[in-house]
Amino acid sequence: MSISREDVEYVAALARLELTEQETQEYTEQLNSILGYAAMLERLDTTDVVPTAHAVPLHNVLREDQVGSSINHEKALRNAPDGEEGFFRVPKISLT
Amino acid sequence: MVVANKYEMVCGLEVHVELQTKTKIFCSCTTEFGGEQNTHVCPVCLGMPGALPVLNREVVNYAIKAGLALNCEIAEFSKFDRKNYFYPDLSKNYQTSQFDLPICGKGGLEIEVDGEKKWIGITRAHMEEDAGKLVHSGDTITTSNESSVDYNRAGVPLLEIVSEPDMRSIPEVLAYLEKLVQILEYTEVSDCRLEQGSVRFDINVSLRPMGATTLGTRTETKNLNSFSSVRRCMEYEIARQARVLDAGEKVVQETRTWDEGQGVTLTLRSKEEAHDYRYFPEPDLAPLVIDREWVERIHKTLPELPEARRARLQVLGLSAYDAGVITQSKALSDFFDAALSSYEDAKTLANWVMGDVTRLLNTNQCSVVDSPISAAQLAELLGLIDKGTISGKIAKSVLEDMYSTGKDAGVIVKEKGLAQISDEGALLGIIDDVISANPQSAEDYRAGKDRAIGFLVGQIMKATKGQANPGLVNKLLKEKLS
Repeated sequence: MSISREDVEYVAALARLELTEQETQEYTEQLNSILGYAAMLERLDTTDVVPTAHAVPLHNVLREDQVGSSINHEKALRNAPDGEEGFFRVPKISLT
Repeated sequence: MVVANKYEMVCGLEVHVELQTKTKIFCSCTTEFGGEQNTHVCPVCLGMPGALPVLNREVVNYAIKAGLALNCEIAEFSKFDRKNYFYPDLSKNYQTSQFDLPICGKGGLEIEVDGEKKWIGITRAHMEEDAGKLVHSGDTITTSNESSVDYNRAGVPLLEIVSEPDMRSIPEVLAYLEKLVQILEYTEVSDCRLEQGSVRFDINVSLRPMGATTLGTRTETKNLNSFSSVRRCMEYEIARQARVLDAGEKVVQETRTWDEGQGVTLTLRSKEEAHDYRYFPEPDLAPLVIDREWVERIHKTLPELPEARRARLQVLGLSAYDAGVITQSKALSDFFDAALSSYEDAKTLANWVMGDVTRLLNTNQCSVVDSPISAAQLAELLGLIDKGTISGKIAKSVLEDMYSTGKDAGVIVKEKGLAQISDEGALLGIIDDVISANPQSAEDYRAGKDRAIGFLVGQIMKATKGQANPGLVNKLLKEKLS
Protein backbone atom coordinates (compact mmCIF):
# COMPACT_ATOMS: atom_id res chain seq x y z
CA MET A 1 0.00 0.00 0.00
CA SER A 2 1.31 3.41 -0.82
CA ILE A 3 0.12 6.95 -0.22
CA SER A 4 -0.32 9.19 -3.21
CA ARG A 5 -0.09 12.97 -3.36
CA GLU A 6 -3.86 13.03 -3.79
CA ASP A 7 -4.29 11.07 -0.55
CA VAL A 8 -2.18 13.62 1.31
CA GLU A 9 -4.10 16.52 -0.19
CA TYR A 10 -7.42 14.85 0.71
CA VAL A 11 -6.41 14.17 4.31
CA ALA A 12 -4.97 17.67 4.65
CA ALA A 13 -8.25 19.14 3.42
CA LEU A 14 -10.21 17.06 5.96
CA ALA A 15 -7.91 18.30 8.72
CA ARG A 16 -8.23 21.90 7.42
CA LEU A 17 -4.47 22.09 6.79
CA GLU A 18 -3.04 24.23 4.05
CA LEU A 19 0.14 22.60 2.74
CA THR A 20 2.80 24.10 0.49
CA GLU A 21 4.03 22.17 -2.51
CA GLN A 22 7.17 21.21 -0.61
CA GLU A 23 5.23 20.08 2.49
CA THR A 24 2.91 17.92 0.39
CA GLN A 25 5.97 16.23 -1.09
CA GLU A 26 7.61 15.83 2.32
CA TYR A 27 4.50 14.36 4.02
CA THR A 28 3.84 11.97 1.16
CA GLU A 29 7.32 10.51 1.66
CA GLN A 30 7.05 10.45 5.46
CA LEU A 31 3.62 8.85 5.50
CA ASN A 32 4.80 6.18 3.06
CA SER A 33 7.78 5.47 5.25
CA ILE A 34 5.58 5.14 8.37
CA LEU A 35 3.11 2.84 6.62
CA GLY A 36 6.01 0.85 5.19
CA TYR A 37 7.31 0.26 8.70
CA ALA A 38 3.89 -0.79 9.98
CA ALA A 39 3.54 -3.09 6.96
CA MET A 40 6.01 -5.44 8.66
CA LEU A 41 2.99 -6.66 10.63
CA GLU A 42 1.57 -8.11 7.45
CA ARG A 43 4.29 -10.74 7.55
CA LEU A 44 2.89 -12.14 10.79
CA ASP A 45 0.14 -14.72 10.96
CA THR A 46 -2.69 -12.97 12.84
CA THR A 47 -5.39 -15.57 12.13
CA ASP A 48 -6.27 -16.15 15.79
CA VAL A 49 -5.44 -12.69 17.11
CA VAL A 50 -8.41 -10.64 18.30
CA PRO A 51 -8.39 -7.07 16.90
CA THR A 52 -7.02 -4.64 19.47
CA ALA A 53 -9.67 -2.21 20.75
CA HIS A 54 -7.40 -0.61 23.31
CA ALA A 55 -3.68 -0.70 24.02
CA VAL A 56 -4.19 -1.13 27.78
CA PRO A 57 -5.77 -4.41 28.94
CA LEU A 58 -8.58 -2.77 30.90
CA HIS A 59 -12.34 -2.93 30.59
CA ASN A 60 -15.47 -1.53 32.25
CA VAL A 61 -13.96 1.56 33.80
CA LEU A 62 -17.18 3.16 34.96
CA ARG A 63 -18.40 5.90 37.25
CA GLU A 64 -21.64 6.12 39.29
CA ASP A 65 -24.36 8.51 38.10
CA GLN A 66 -23.87 11.15 40.79
CA VAL A 67 -23.86 14.87 40.07
CA GLY A 68 -20.58 16.61 40.83
CA SER A 69 -19.59 20.23 40.55
CA SER A 70 -19.49 22.18 37.30
CA ILE A 71 -17.50 25.32 36.65
CA ASN A 72 -18.88 28.84 36.24
CA HIS A 73 -19.09 31.16 33.21
CA GLU A 74 -15.88 33.03 33.95
CA LYS A 75 -13.84 29.88 34.29
CA ALA A 76 -15.46 28.22 31.28
CA LEU A 77 -14.75 31.22 29.07
CA ARG A 78 -11.38 32.22 30.49
CA ASN A 79 -9.41 30.68 27.60
CA ALA A 80 -11.94 31.50 24.91
CA PRO A 81 -10.76 33.98 22.26
CA ASP A 82 -14.25 35.48 22.06
CA GLY A 83 -17.41 35.33 24.10
CA GLU A 84 -20.42 37.32 25.23
CA GLU A 85 -22.99 36.98 28.01
CA GLY A 86 -21.74 33.57 28.99
CA PHE A 87 -21.72 32.24 25.44
CA PHE A 88 -18.66 31.22 23.45
CA ARG A 89 -18.60 33.14 20.19
CA VAL A 90 -17.31 31.55 17.01
CA PRO A 91 -16.73 33.06 13.56
CA LYS A 92 -18.89 32.32 10.53
CA ILE A 93 -19.50 28.58 10.16
CA SER A 94 -18.87 27.08 6.74
CA LEU A 95 -20.77 23.89 6.05
CA THR A 96 -18.54 22.55 3.28
CA MET B 1 -46.85 4.58 -0.46
CA VAL B 2 -47.76 4.94 -4.07
CA VAL B 3 -46.99 8.37 -5.45
CA ALA B 4 -49.36 8.89 -8.38
CA ASN B 5 -49.19 5.07 -8.88
CA LYS B 6 -45.72 5.55 -10.29
CA TYR B 7 -43.34 5.39 -7.37
CA GLU B 8 -42.94 3.46 -4.18
CA MET B 9 -41.30 5.21 -1.23
CA VAL B 10 -38.69 3.53 0.94
CA CYS B 11 -37.88 4.96 4.36
CA GLY B 12 -35.48 4.23 7.20
CA LEU B 13 -35.04 6.30 10.35
CA GLU B 14 -32.37 7.31 12.80
CA VAL B 15 -33.77 8.29 16.17
CA HIS B 16 -31.67 10.10 18.80
CA VAL B 17 -32.93 9.67 22.34
CA GLU B 18 -31.55 11.55 25.34
CA LEU B 19 -31.15 9.05 28.15
CA GLN B 20 -32.59 10.04 31.50
CA THR B 21 -29.42 9.97 33.60
CA LYS B 22 -28.66 12.56 36.27
CA THR B 23 -25.21 13.25 34.85
CA LYS B 24 -23.58 13.47 31.44
CA ILE B 25 -22.13 10.44 29.70
CA PHE B 26 -18.44 11.13 30.41
CA CYS B 27 -18.43 13.65 33.29
CA SER B 28 -20.44 14.43 36.42
CA CYS B 29 -22.06 17.64 35.13
CA THR B 30 -25.84 17.66 35.49
CA THR B 31 -28.02 16.85 32.47
CA GLU B 32 -30.78 19.16 33.70
CA PHE B 33 -32.53 20.98 30.85
CA GLY B 34 -32.52 24.75 30.52
CA GLY B 35 -29.80 26.04 32.88
CA GLU B 36 -28.09 29.36 32.25
CA GLN B 37 -25.72 29.01 29.28
CA ASN B 38 -22.39 27.31 29.94
CA THR B 39 -23.05 26.60 33.62
CA HIS B 40 -23.47 22.80 33.30
CA VAL B 41 -19.94 22.39 31.98
CA CYS B 42 -16.53 21.20 33.12
CA PRO B 43 -13.11 20.59 31.55
CA VAL B 44 -14.29 17.20 30.17
CA CYS B 45 -17.40 18.36 28.28
CA LEU B 46 -15.64 21.55 27.22
CA GLY B 47 -12.89 19.43 25.68
CA MET B 48 -10.04 21.02 27.64
CA PRO B 49 -6.66 19.48 26.83
CA GLY B 50 -5.74 16.72 29.26
CA ALA B 51 -9.26 16.23 30.64
CA LEU B 52 -10.24 12.57 30.63
CA PRO B 53 -13.71 11.06 30.15
CA VAL B 54 -15.09 8.31 32.42
CA LEU B 55 -18.18 6.41 31.26
CA ASN B 56 -21.39 6.71 33.32
CA ARG B 57 -22.54 3.20 34.35
CA GLU B 58 -26.19 4.21 34.18
CA VAL B 59 -25.85 5.08 30.47
CA VAL B 60 -24.83 1.48 29.78
CA ASN B 61 -27.69 0.18 31.93
CA TYR B 62 -30.24 2.30 30.04
CA ALA B 63 -28.79 1.35 26.65
CA ILE B 64 -29.07 -2.35 27.54
CA LYS B 65 -32.61 -1.83 28.84
CA ALA B 66 -33.75 0.00 25.69
CA GLY B 67 -32.04 -2.63 23.55
CA LEU B 68 -33.85 -5.47 25.33
CA ALA B 69 -37.22 -3.70 25.02
CA LEU B 70 -36.55 -3.31 21.27
CA ASN B 71 -35.66 -6.99 20.86
CA CYS B 72 -32.01 -6.17 20.08
CA GLU B 73 -29.01 -8.42 20.56
CA ILE B 74 -26.83 -7.00 23.32
CA ALA B 75 -23.11 -7.01 22.44
CA GLU B 76 -20.73 -8.93 24.67
CA PHE B 77 -17.93 -6.59 23.70
CA SER B 78 -18.43 -2.95 22.81
CA LYS B 79 -16.22 0.12 22.46
CA PHE B 80 -16.28 3.83 21.75
CA ASP B 81 -14.81 5.58 18.72
CA ARG B 82 -14.03 9.13 17.73
CA LYS B 83 -16.09 10.56 14.88
CA ASN B 84 -13.99 13.43 13.55
CA TYR B 85 -15.53 16.60 12.14
CA PHE B 86 -15.08 20.33 12.50
CA TYR B 87 -18.21 21.97 13.82
CA PRO B 88 -18.34 24.15 16.92
CA ASP B 89 -21.30 22.32 18.51
CA LEU B 90 -18.61 20.09 20.05
CA SER B 91 -15.43 21.70 21.26
CA LYS B 92 -13.13 18.72 20.68
CA ASN B 93 -13.49 18.49 16.89
CA TYR B 94 -14.80 14.98 17.34
CA GLN B 95 -17.84 13.31 18.81
CA THR B 96 -17.32 10.33 21.06
CA SER B 97 -19.63 7.73 19.55
CA GLN B 98 -19.64 4.05 18.62
CA PHE B 99 -18.69 2.84 15.16
CA ASP B 100 -18.22 -0.87 14.45
CA LEU B 101 -19.02 -2.39 17.85
CA PRO B 102 -22.27 -0.74 19.04
CA ILE B 103 -23.87 -1.87 22.30
CA CYS B 104 -27.09 -3.04 20.60
CA GLY B 105 -27.26 -5.13 17.45
CA LYS B 106 -30.17 -6.35 15.36
CA GLY B 107 -33.69 -6.05 16.74
CA GLY B 108 -37.04 -4.61 15.72
CA LEU B 109 -40.64 -4.02 16.62
CA GLU B 110 -44.08 -4.77 15.23
CA ILE B 111 -46.35 -2.01 13.99
CA GLU B 112 -49.99 -2.09 12.93
CA VAL B 113 -51.45 0.11 10.20
CA ASP B 114 -55.09 -0.31 9.11
CA GLY B 115 -55.23 -3.72 10.77
CA GLU B 116 -52.11 -4.95 8.94
CA LYS B 117 -49.22 -6.03 11.15
CA LYS B 118 -45.66 -5.48 9.99
CA TRP B 119 -42.22 -6.03 11.47
CA ILE B 120 -39.83 -3.08 11.24
CA GLY B 121 -36.21 -4.10 11.69
CA ILE B 122 -33.72 -2.22 13.85
CA THR B 123 -30.17 -2.37 12.51
CA ARG B 124 -28.37 -1.21 15.62
CA ALA B 125 -28.37 1.23 18.52
CA HIS B 126 -25.30 2.95 19.86
CA MET B 127 -24.29 5.29 22.68
CA GLU B 128 -22.85 8.72 22.01
CA GLU B 129 -22.60 12.22 23.44
CA ASP B 130 -25.03 14.98 22.48
CA ALA B 131 -23.63 18.24 21.04
CA GLY B 132 -23.99 21.80 22.31
CA LYS B 133 -26.46 24.38 21.02
CA LEU B 134 -25.63 27.06 18.49
CA VAL B 135 -27.41 30.39 18.31
CA HIS B 136 -26.76 32.18 15.02
CA SER B 137 -26.58 35.96 14.73
CA GLY B 138 -28.50 35.98 11.43
CA ASP B 139 -31.62 34.12 10.32
CA THR B 140 -29.81 31.01 9.16
CA ILE B 141 -26.43 29.46 9.60
CA THR B 142 -25.29 30.49 6.10
CA THR B 143 -26.25 34.13 6.51
CA SER B 144 -24.70 34.50 9.98
CA ASN B 145 -21.33 36.14 10.47
CA GLU B 146 -20.92 34.62 13.89
CA SER B 147 -22.61 32.15 16.22
CA SER B 148 -22.88 31.79 19.98
CA VAL B 149 -22.33 28.41 21.61
CA ASP B 150 -23.82 26.92 24.79
CA TYR B 151 -22.23 23.63 25.83
CA ASN B 152 -24.76 22.71 28.55
CA ARG B 153 -26.14 19.95 26.34
CA ALA B 154 -22.71 18.77 25.16
CA GLY B 155 -22.09 15.37 26.70
CA VAL B 156 -25.72 14.53 27.53
CA PRO B 157 -26.00 10.80 26.79
CA LEU B 158 -27.77 9.76 23.61
CA LEU B 159 -28.86 6.43 22.24
CA GLU B 160 -29.04 6.51 18.44
CA ILE B 161 -31.47 3.88 17.16
CA VAL B 162 -31.10 3.05 13.46
CA SER B 163 -33.91 1.26 11.64
CA GLU B 164 -33.79 -0.85 8.50
CA PRO B 165 -35.28 0.79 5.36
CA ASP B 166 -38.46 -1.23 5.98
CA MET B 167 -41.14 1.46 5.89
CA ARG B 168 -43.23 2.02 2.76
CA SER B 169 -45.70 4.73 3.76
CA ILE B 170 -46.01 7.77 6.02
CA PRO B 171 -48.54 5.98 8.28
CA GLU B 172 -45.97 3.17 8.72
CA VAL B 173 -43.29 5.70 9.65
CA LEU B 174 -45.57 7.39 12.19
CA ALA B 175 -46.68 4.04 13.62
CA TYR B 176 -43.04 3.02 14.05
CA LEU B 177 -42.09 6.31 15.73
CA GLU B 178 -45.10 6.31 18.05
CA LYS B 179 -44.42 2.73 19.10
CA LEU B 180 -40.72 3.38 19.56
CA VAL B 181 -41.28 6.47 21.71
CA GLN B 182 -43.96 4.63 23.71
CA ILE B 183 -41.55 1.76 24.48
CA LEU B 184 -38.82 4.21 25.47
CA GLU B 185 -41.28 6.00 27.74
CA TYR B 186 -42.45 2.74 29.37
CA THR B 187 -38.89 1.57 30.00
CA GLU B 188 -38.15 5.00 31.51
CA VAL B 189 -34.79 5.27 29.77
CA SER B 190 -35.83 8.74 28.54
CA ASP B 191 -38.32 11.38 29.63
CA CYS B 192 -39.33 11.49 25.93
CA ARG B 193 -40.13 15.22 26.08
CA LEU B 194 -40.27 15.83 22.35
CA GLU B 195 -40.88 19.58 22.76
CA GLN B 196 -37.58 19.84 24.67
CA GLY B 197 -35.71 17.91 22.00
CA SER B 198 -35.31 14.73 24.11
CA VAL B 199 -36.10 12.68 21.02
CA ARG B 200 -35.01 13.74 17.52
CA PHE B 201 -35.63 12.09 14.18
CA ASP B 202 -33.54 11.86 10.99
CA ILE B 203 -35.48 10.63 7.96
CA ASN B 204 -33.89 8.74 5.08
CA VAL B 205 -36.26 8.54 2.16
CA SER B 206 -36.06 7.55 -1.51
CA LEU B 207 -38.47 6.75 -4.32
CA ARG B 208 -38.27 3.98 -6.88
CA PRO B 209 -40.48 3.01 -9.80
CA MET B 210 -43.30 0.65 -8.78
CA GLY B 211 -42.08 -2.92 -8.96
CA ALA B 212 -38.37 -2.01 -8.90
CA THR B 213 -36.20 -4.09 -6.58
CA THR B 214 -33.18 -1.82 -6.29
CA LEU B 215 -33.27 1.28 -4.11
CA GLY B 216 -33.47 4.80 -5.50
CA THR B 217 -31.15 7.62 -4.41
CA ARG B 218 -32.06 8.81 -0.93
CA THR B 219 -31.93 12.08 0.93
CA GLU B 220 -31.53 12.44 4.68
CA THR B 221 -33.49 15.16 6.48
CA LYS B 222 -32.12 15.81 9.95
CA ASN B 223 -33.32 16.90 13.34
CA LEU B 224 -37.10 16.80 13.37
CA ASN B 225 -38.65 16.76 16.82
CA SER B 226 -42.38 16.20 16.42
CA PHE B 227 -44.59 13.64 14.71
CA SER B 228 -46.42 16.37 12.82
CA SER B 229 -43.13 17.76 11.43
CA VAL B 230 -42.18 14.25 10.34
CA ARG B 231 -45.45 13.87 8.46
CA ARG B 232 -45.29 17.28 6.79
CA CYS B 233 -41.61 16.93 5.97
CA MET B 234 -42.16 13.53 4.35
CA GLU B 235 -45.15 14.73 2.32
CA TYR B 236 -43.02 17.56 1.00
CA GLU B 237 -39.88 15.52 0.34
CA ILE B 238 -41.73 12.68 -1.42
CA ALA B 239 -43.53 15.15 -3.70
CA ARG B 240 -40.24 16.94 -4.40
CA GLN B 241 -38.43 13.73 -5.34
CA ALA B 242 -41.36 12.65 -7.53
CA ARG B 243 -41.17 15.98 -9.41
CA VAL B 244 -37.40 15.53 -9.93
CA LEU B 245 -37.90 11.99 -11.26
CA ASP B 246 -40.91 12.99 -13.40
CA ALA B 247 -38.73 15.62 -15.05
CA GLY B 248 -36.29 12.88 -16.00
CA GLU B 249 -33.67 14.18 -13.56
CA LYS B 250 -31.77 12.44 -10.80
CA VAL B 251 -32.30 12.90 -7.07
CA VAL B 252 -29.08 14.20 -5.50
CA GLN B 253 -27.89 12.21 -2.52
CA GLU B 254 -27.63 14.86 0.19
CA THR B 255 -28.39 15.95 3.71
CA ARG B 256 -31.36 18.28 3.97
CA THR B 257 -32.91 20.37 6.69
CA TRP B 258 -36.61 20.94 7.44
CA ASP B 259 -37.78 24.53 7.54
CA GLU B 260 -40.84 24.41 9.79
CA GLY B 261 -41.96 27.97 8.97
CA GLN B 262 -41.87 27.60 5.21
CA GLY B 263 -42.84 23.91 5.24
CA VAL B 264 -40.01 22.90 2.90
CA THR B 265 -36.81 20.85 3.02
CA LEU B 266 -33.59 22.61 1.98
CA THR B 267 -30.13 21.37 1.02
CA LEU B 268 -27.78 21.37 4.01
CA ARG B 269 -24.83 19.66 2.36
CA SER B 270 -24.45 17.25 -0.52
CA LYS B 271 -22.88 13.84 0.00
CA GLU B 272 -20.01 14.60 -2.39
CA GLU B 273 -18.75 17.20 0.02
CA ALA B 274 -19.82 15.23 3.08
CA HIS B 275 -17.32 14.50 5.78
CA ASP B 276 -15.17 11.48 5.84
CA TYR B 277 -15.42 10.96 9.59
CA ARG B 278 -12.15 8.99 9.98
CA TYR B 279 -13.48 6.95 12.89
CA PHE B 280 -10.86 5.45 15.17
CA PRO B 281 -11.04 3.75 18.58
CA GLU B 282 -11.30 6.22 21.48
CA PRO B 283 -8.01 5.77 23.35
CA ASP B 284 -9.30 7.59 26.47
CA LEU B 285 -12.04 5.04 27.21
CA ALA B 286 -11.62 1.38 28.08
CA PRO B 287 -13.84 -1.05 26.14
CA LEU B 288 -16.93 -2.64 27.67
CA VAL B 289 -17.28 -6.33 28.41
CA ILE B 290 -20.95 -7.06 29.07
CA ASP B 291 -21.43 -10.47 30.66
CA ARG B 292 -24.81 -12.20 30.44
CA GLU B 293 -25.41 -11.75 34.16
CA TRP B 294 -25.38 -8.00 33.66
CA VAL B 295 -27.91 -8.31 30.82
CA GLU B 296 -30.06 -10.64 32.93
CA ARG B 297 -29.99 -8.16 35.82
CA ILE B 298 -31.30 -5.41 33.53
CA HIS B 299 -33.81 -7.79 31.97
CA LYS B 300 -35.42 -8.24 35.38
CA THR B 301 -36.03 -4.49 35.63
CA LEU B 302 -38.01 -4.34 32.38
CA PRO B 303 -41.58 -3.24 33.05
CA GLU B 304 -44.62 -4.76 31.39
CA LEU B 305 -44.47 -3.21 27.91
CA PRO B 306 -47.44 -1.50 26.22
CA GLU B 307 -48.29 -4.48 24.02
CA ALA B 308 -48.46 -6.86 26.99
CA ARG B 309 -50.55 -4.35 28.95
CA ARG B 310 -52.99 -3.96 26.07
CA ALA B 311 -53.39 -7.73 25.83
CA ARG B 312 -54.00 -7.99 29.60
CA LEU B 313 -56.65 -5.25 29.54
CA GLN B 314 -58.44 -6.93 26.65
CA VAL B 315 -58.59 -10.16 28.65
CA LEU B 316 -60.27 -8.11 31.41
CA GLY B 317 -63.00 -7.12 28.96
CA LEU B 318 -61.78 -3.86 27.41
CA SER B 319 -62.14 -3.32 23.67
CA ALA B 320 -58.93 -3.12 21.63
CA TYR B 321 -59.61 0.59 21.17
CA ASP B 322 -60.09 1.28 24.89
CA ALA B 323 -57.01 -0.76 25.80
CA GLY B 324 -55.06 1.30 23.26
CA VAL B 325 -56.25 4.60 24.75
CA ILE B 326 -55.43 3.54 28.32
CA THR B 327 -51.93 2.32 27.41
CA GLN B 328 -51.11 5.27 25.13
CA SER B 329 -49.05 6.78 27.94
CA LYS B 330 -47.37 4.97 30.79
CA ALA B 331 -48.68 7.51 33.29
CA LEU B 332 -52.33 6.87 32.38
CA SER B 333 -51.77 3.13 32.24
CA ASP B 334 -50.13 3.14 35.69
CA PHE B 335 -53.03 5.20 37.07
CA PHE B 336 -55.51 2.70 35.63
CA ASP B 337 -53.62 -0.28 37.08
CA ALA B 338 -53.39 1.37 40.49
CA ALA B 339 -57.17 1.92 40.54
CA LEU B 340 -57.73 -1.61 39.26
CA SER B 341 -55.99 -3.00 42.33
CA SER B 342 -58.92 -1.85 44.50
CA TYR B 343 -61.76 -1.82 41.98
CA GLU B 344 -62.42 -4.90 39.90
CA ASP B 345 -64.74 -3.86 37.08
CA ALA B 346 -62.19 -2.94 34.41
CA LYS B 347 -64.75 -1.86 31.82
CA THR B 348 -66.51 0.62 34.14
CA LEU B 349 -63.15 1.88 35.38
CA ALA B 350 -61.95 2.41 31.80
CA ASN B 351 -65.09 4.42 30.98
CA TRP B 352 -64.47 6.72 33.94
CA VAL B 353 -60.73 7.07 33.30
CA MET B 354 -61.16 7.80 29.59
CA GLY B 355 -64.26 9.94 30.15
CA ASP B 356 -64.75 12.11 33.21
CA VAL B 357 -61.25 11.81 34.69
CA THR B 358 -59.48 12.63 31.41
CA ARG B 359 -61.91 15.46 30.71
CA LEU B 360 -61.28 17.03 34.14
CA LEU B 361 -57.52 16.75 33.66
CA ASN B 362 -57.65 18.21 30.15
CA THR B 363 -59.92 21.08 31.18
CA ASN B 364 -57.46 21.98 33.92
CA GLN B 365 -54.41 21.27 31.73
CA CYS B 366 -53.18 18.86 34.36
CA SER B 367 -51.14 15.76 33.61
CA VAL B 368 -52.24 12.46 35.08
CA VAL B 369 -49.16 12.19 37.32
CA ASP B 370 -50.18 15.48 38.97
CA SER B 371 -53.84 14.49 39.25
CA PRO B 372 -55.38 15.75 42.51
CA ILE B 373 -57.59 12.65 42.45
CA SER B 374 -55.58 9.55 43.27
CA ALA B 375 -56.25 6.16 41.69
CA ALA B 376 -57.37 4.83 45.10
CA GLN B 377 -59.80 7.72 45.51
CA LEU B 378 -61.33 7.02 42.11
CA ALA B 379 -61.72 3.35 43.03
CA GLU B 380 -63.52 4.33 46.25
CA LEU B 381 -65.93 6.56 44.30
CA LEU B 382 -66.82 3.77 41.88
CA GLY B 383 -67.29 1.42 44.82
CA LEU B 384 -69.90 3.83 46.23
CA ILE B 385 -71.88 3.58 42.99
CA ASP B 386 -71.77 -0.21 43.05
CA LYS B 387 -72.94 -0.30 46.65
CA GLY B 388 -75.88 1.91 45.74
CA THR B 389 -74.76 4.71 48.05
CA ILE B 390 -74.81 7.23 45.20
CA SER B 391 -76.05 7.18 41.62
CA GLY B 392 -73.73 7.44 38.62
CA LYS B 393 -75.03 10.93 37.98
CA ILE B 394 -74.29 12.14 41.50
CA ALA B 395 -70.88 10.46 41.24
CA LYS B 396 -69.96 12.78 38.38
CA SER B 397 -70.50 15.85 40.53
CA VAL B 398 -68.70 14.19 43.46
CA LEU B 399 -65.73 13.58 41.14
CA GLU B 400 -65.60 17.29 40.32
CA ASP B 401 -65.63 18.14 44.02
CA MET B 402 -62.88 15.59 44.62
CA TYR B 403 -60.83 17.29 41.90
CA SER B 404 -61.18 20.76 43.39
CA THR B 405 -60.91 19.82 47.08
CA GLY B 406 -58.76 16.67 47.05
CA LYS B 407 -61.21 15.12 49.54
CA ASP B 408 -62.26 11.46 49.49
CA ALA B 409 -65.56 10.56 47.83
CA GLY B 410 -67.09 9.22 51.07
CA VAL B 411 -66.32 12.47 52.88
CA ILE B 412 -67.94 14.60 50.18
CA VAL B 413 -71.05 12.40 50.05
CA LYS B 414 -71.43 12.68 53.83
CA GLU B 415 -70.72 16.42 54.05
CA LYS B 416 -73.14 17.29 51.28
CA GLY B 417 -75.78 14.70 52.19
CA LEU B 418 -75.62 13.17 48.75
CA ALA B 419 -76.23 9.58 49.77
CA GLN B 420 -78.87 7.94 47.66
CA ILE B 421 -82.30 7.37 49.17
CA SER B 422 -82.67 3.59 49.10
CA ASP B 423 -85.08 3.42 52.01
CA GLU B 424 -88.27 1.90 50.56
CA GLY B 425 -90.51 3.47 53.19
CA ALA B 426 -89.21 6.96 52.51
CA LEU B 427 -89.47 6.48 48.76
CA LEU B 428 -93.02 5.06 48.89
CA GLY B 429 -94.21 8.20 50.66
CA ILE B 430 -92.76 10.39 47.91
CA ILE B 431 -94.13 8.10 45.21
CA ASP B 432 -97.65 8.38 46.68
CA ASP B 433 -97.37 12.17 46.72
CA VAL B 434 -96.21 12.29 43.10
CA ILE B 435 -98.95 9.92 41.90
CA SER B 436 -101.67 11.91 43.59
CA ALA B 437 -100.28 15.15 42.19
CA ASN B 438 -100.22 13.67 38.64
CA PRO B 439 -103.29 11.44 38.32
CA GLN B 440 -103.43 11.79 34.54
CA SER B 441 -99.92 10.33 34.06
CA ALA B 442 -100.73 7.44 36.35
CA GLU B 443 -103.91 6.82 34.36
CA ASP B 444 -101.99 6.98 31.05
CA TYR B 445 -99.51 4.40 32.27
CA ARG B 446 -102.24 2.05 33.41
CA ALA B 447 -103.88 2.50 29.97
CA GLY B 448 -100.69 1.11 28.40
CA LYS B 449 -98.68 4.26 27.69
CA ASP B 450 -95.33 3.05 28.97
CA ARG B 451 -93.72 6.42 28.36
CA ALA B 452 -95.81 8.05 31.07
CA ILE B 453 -93.70 6.34 33.72
CA GLY B 454 -90.68 8.37 32.65
CA PHE B 455 -92.43 11.57 33.60
CA LEU B 456 -93.36 10.21 37.01
CA VAL B 457 -89.79 9.01 37.68
CA GLY B 458 -88.56 12.46 36.70
CA GLN B 459 -90.90 14.07 39.21
CA ILE B 460 -89.73 11.73 41.97
CA MET B 461 -86.07 12.46 41.18
CA LYS B 462 -86.85 16.16 41.23
CA ALA B 463 -88.58 15.83 44.61
CA THR B 464 -85.49 14.07 46.01
CA LYS B 465 -82.94 16.40 44.35
CA GLY B 466 -81.68 13.47 42.28
CA GLN B 467 -80.87 11.38 45.34
CA ALA B 468 -83.52 8.68 44.96
CA ASN B 469 -82.11 5.32 43.91
CA PRO B 470 -83.36 5.25 40.30
CA GLY B 471 -83.57 1.45 40.03
CA LEU B 472 -85.55 1.21 43.20
CA VAL B 473 -87.87 4.08 42.19
CA ASN B 474 -88.66 2.30 38.94
CA LYS B 475 -89.40 -0.96 40.67
CA LEU B 476 -91.58 0.56 43.41
CA LEU B 477 -93.47 2.80 41.00
CA LYS B 478 -94.34 -0.09 38.70
CA GLU B 479 -95.57 -2.15 41.64
CA LYS B 480 -97.68 0.73 42.81
CA LEU B 481 -99.30 1.33 39.43
CA SER B 482 -99.97 -2.29 38.55
